[in-house]
Amino acid sequence: MDIAIERGRVIDPNSGVDAVTDIFISAGRIAALGTMPPGFHAHRRINAEDLVVCPGLVDLSARLREPGLEYKATLESEMAAAVSGGVTSLACSPDTDPVLDEPGLVEMLKYRAKSLNQAHVYPIGALTRGLKGEWLTEMAELRDAGCVAFGQADVPLPNTRVLMQAMQYAATFGFVIWLRPQDANLADGGVAHDGEVATRLGLPAIPVCAETLALSNIILMARETGAKVHVCRISSAEGIAMVQAAKRQGLPVTCDVAANHMHLSEMDIGFFDTNCHLIPPLRGLSDRDALRRGLLDGTIDAICSDHAPVDEDAKLLPFGEAAAGATGLELLLPLTLKWQEEMKVPLAAALAKITVEPARILGVNAGHLSSGATADLCVFDPDQYWRVETTVLKSQGKNTPFLGMELQGRVKYTLVNGNVVHEA
Amino acid sequence: MNNNPQLNKSGKLQHLLTTEGLPAPILLNILDTAESFVGVTERDVKKVPILRGKSVFNLFFEPSTRTRTTFEIAAKRLSADVVNLNIAASSQSKGETLLDTVNNLSAMHADMFVVRHSQSGAAHLIARHVQPEIHVINAGDGRHAHPTQGLLDVFTIRHYKKDFRNLRVAIVGDILHSRVARSQIHALTTLGVPEVRVIAPKTLLPSKVERLGVRVFHDMAAGLKDVDVLLMLRLQNERMISARLPSKEEYFKYYGLTPEKLALAKPDAIVLHPGPMNRGVEIDSAVADGKQSVILPQVTFGIAVRMAVMSILAGH
Amino acid sequence: MMLLPDAEQLLANLTERMRSGVATDTAIVGIHTGGAWLAERLHHDLKLPLPLGTLDISFYRDDFDKIGLHAQVRPSDISFEVEGSHIILVDDVLYTGRTIRAALNELFDYGRPSSIRLAALIDRGGRELPIAPQYVGATLALPSDKMLALEKSSTGKLSLRLYDKNPMGHEQ
Repeated sequence: MDIAIERGRVIDPNSGVDAVTDIFISAGRIAALGTMPPGFHAHRRINAEDLVVCPGLVDLSARLREPGLEYKATLESEMAAAVSGGVTSLACSPDTDPVLDEPGLVEMLKYRAKSLNQAHVYPIGALTRGLKGEWLTEMAELRDAGCVAFGQADVPLPNTRVLMQAMQYAATFGFVIWLRPQDANLADGGVAHDGEVATRLGLPAIPVCAETLALSNIILMARETGAKVHVCRISSAEGIAMVQAAKRQGLPVTCDVAANHMHLSEMDIGFFDTNCHLIPPLRGLSDRDALRRGLLDGTIDAICSDHAPVDEDAKLLPFGEAAAGATGLELLLPLTLKWQEEMKVPLAAALAKITVEPARILGVNAGHLSSGATADLCVFDPDQYWRVETTVLKSQGKNTPFLGMELQGRVKYTLVNGNVVHEA
Repeated sequence: MNNNPQLNKSGKLQHLLTTEGLPAPILLNILDTAESFVGVTERDVKKVPILRGKSVFNLFFEPSTRTRTTFEIAAKRLSADVVNLNIAASSQSKGETLLDTVNNLSAMHADMFVVRHSQSGAAHLIARHVQPEIHVINAGDGRHAHPTQGLLDVFTIRHYKKDFRNLRVAIVGDILHSRVARSQIHALTTLGVPEVRVIAPKTLLPSKVERLGVRVFHDMAAGLKDVDVLLMLRLQNERMISARLPSKEEYFKYYGLTPEKLALAKPDAIVLHPGPMNRGVEIDSAVADGKQSVILPQVTFGIAVRMAVMSILAGH
Repeated sequence: MMLLPDAEQLLANLTERMRSGVATDTAIVGIHTGGAWLAERLHHDLKLPLPLGTLDISFYRDDFDKIGLHAQVRPSDISFEVEGSHIILVDDVLYTGRTIRAALNELFDYGRPSSIRLAALIDRGGRELPIAPQYVGATLALPSDKMLALEKSSTGKLSLRLYDKNPMGHEQ
């Protein structure tokens, strides 16, 4: 099937293309930009006038809640949420039930995801068996089954010896380790940033040094072992400075931030808004500002949705008992555009943070519009405002701090493998 | 979200969840009304008919006989019907959520919920989800707030010191875990106390506590100098003595209120304590039972303040 | 504009009417706010030895469900022994009788008096309860949309003021 997307503003952050032109898709691949290739016969024409056409978004962290946690969400609901948000590739974390620590589970997930024919799913394998932080998983086997990296999700790995050996083992095969820096003891029991708001509300706190202490260990061990490390969900100004220093030393370190954290701070907790109970905690305003700048200067490579759908009951609890996390797949694009607009970033540079950059971190061939590439595309209206409402969100999780707010940027079409999988 | 969830559309008190963010006239109205109830509690018939036919539910998700009893007495003296529920042991363990419990009780035509819970924010959560005609009083939520205790403390201070505007008040002890301290701080600063101090070792102070409008001291000698009012806090022994404090003895030596340390404050300084006291830990018996102690009047005033809060809420 | 009687003159009349009815064991209790001012004057002018009493009936009102608690509640102050006493209850304007009902209930929570009589500066009629005063300064017919209130100047001089009824305000 041949599809022509016509007169759109085509932005490919990878090649630097930013022009109003046509894009031609044939046999699931991008056939050409601008000039219709010979023999092309459009079965469908999409009028993209006043719309932006960019690579399908690549999300580094989406919890699909399968297997095991289907009361929170199902693969069907979350894959629909992904494409409705323009996300065509996503990494899912290993904290499912059971944990993604065996090749069979990974193959099953890949198979289930593939049969839905929507976004591409890239599992992150568990670094340790059951995420218990004791035994290493069979990383090479898991890689063969489809894992693209290894991590602990939000489960702590307090034993530094195990962590060091995990890095050595991963380095042997050139695998990337994904870690969210947080010292387990300093964070134990905490539910909010150790600052003014936690003090005022009497919430058990997580200090910034829980992040920096763990980050320091990770960076030192990365240097020692030569392992490639991806730092997940950086949250503090001091943490960013450490990542920046590590990068300057030439260490193979990359870093991402959750979309919510670019816009929110501890202040948004207000009177115990459990939708702002996130991991890591929303930190101070100066931290938030540092995150926004860190993205700009390249210290932070990518923005992820950190999609974590939670059932409604789990949020209707006192703040400390409420489940952490927010639904995010459908907000990744508008929240990135919000940052882009507020920080006056060129649109292509902002889109790079959710397309080609995360694809590079994942090590997958996606997030660009090169000729011959898989035709994963996102076509969006950059000017359309929409209200974030439970009825609009496709995700089974309706929990987001942005509920009820108006956001700019609405996905009109999503294509995966050259098929239109979403249109609004 | 930033509208004060305690006030109704016309700016009147709908729930009492925290002393934070309440305008001074509302606090003063509670104190003034409580003055009238002090008179009632001294009569032969210690009861007024104002809440006749109303139902007050004491929802205690965390057991506390003392606090529950003071609310029960207050409600009964207002002629309300009182239902006491200790929920910690029953429905919560059967998987019923906090809001399930509250919805069930709302269907029993409650007019007021008095809520005690171990989690900060529990009372806010309940207030946000009850039917609009039900009033919620926070009787202590986690480390967050215990507004009626804070109010009875300022009531006691006003009773003895008359004016808030030239006082130096020191809060001594475990500020970090204390909902009482937070409620005291907000009430005192709103009512115009020019200097509120907190005195504690660094392990018992939350970060950025100075943002609450207090001066921080780690040393009793400096912190108690020229103080008019001392608000002692209870030290929860079992939780504290480990990695936060080495021993009760060392705590008492450096932060326990002895006659010698009290002598550093103004000669007419008064001493308050929310109870129950740990004698020999945060306070010496000679001070607790001494002539500067107003700990027992505090308990009496506590009933009047709770009567005032209930009658003001029920009228809105 | 309706011409109102002079409150000071009415109080003088009332004092004279009461003089023969009081003895050394008579207690005077005024209802806040106007009644308390009058009671204070009566107590002084009639030279009564028992301490003056005042009542704030806010906690006994029957319209609490409609209008809530009065914004400014004052403590009631009854320092004589109510049990077995002879009380004259004083109010400024007697109207529906509901305030008096509330005051009677409150008095009984202090003890069981031997007798209670009622004095009012103005009786404007309109009773909704079987309550009758023993002593009245003057009787005055007023339209039901008007409220009559006693006021006290900074020098202590009493006067009457007529104003329009506030639909949400307190009734007399």
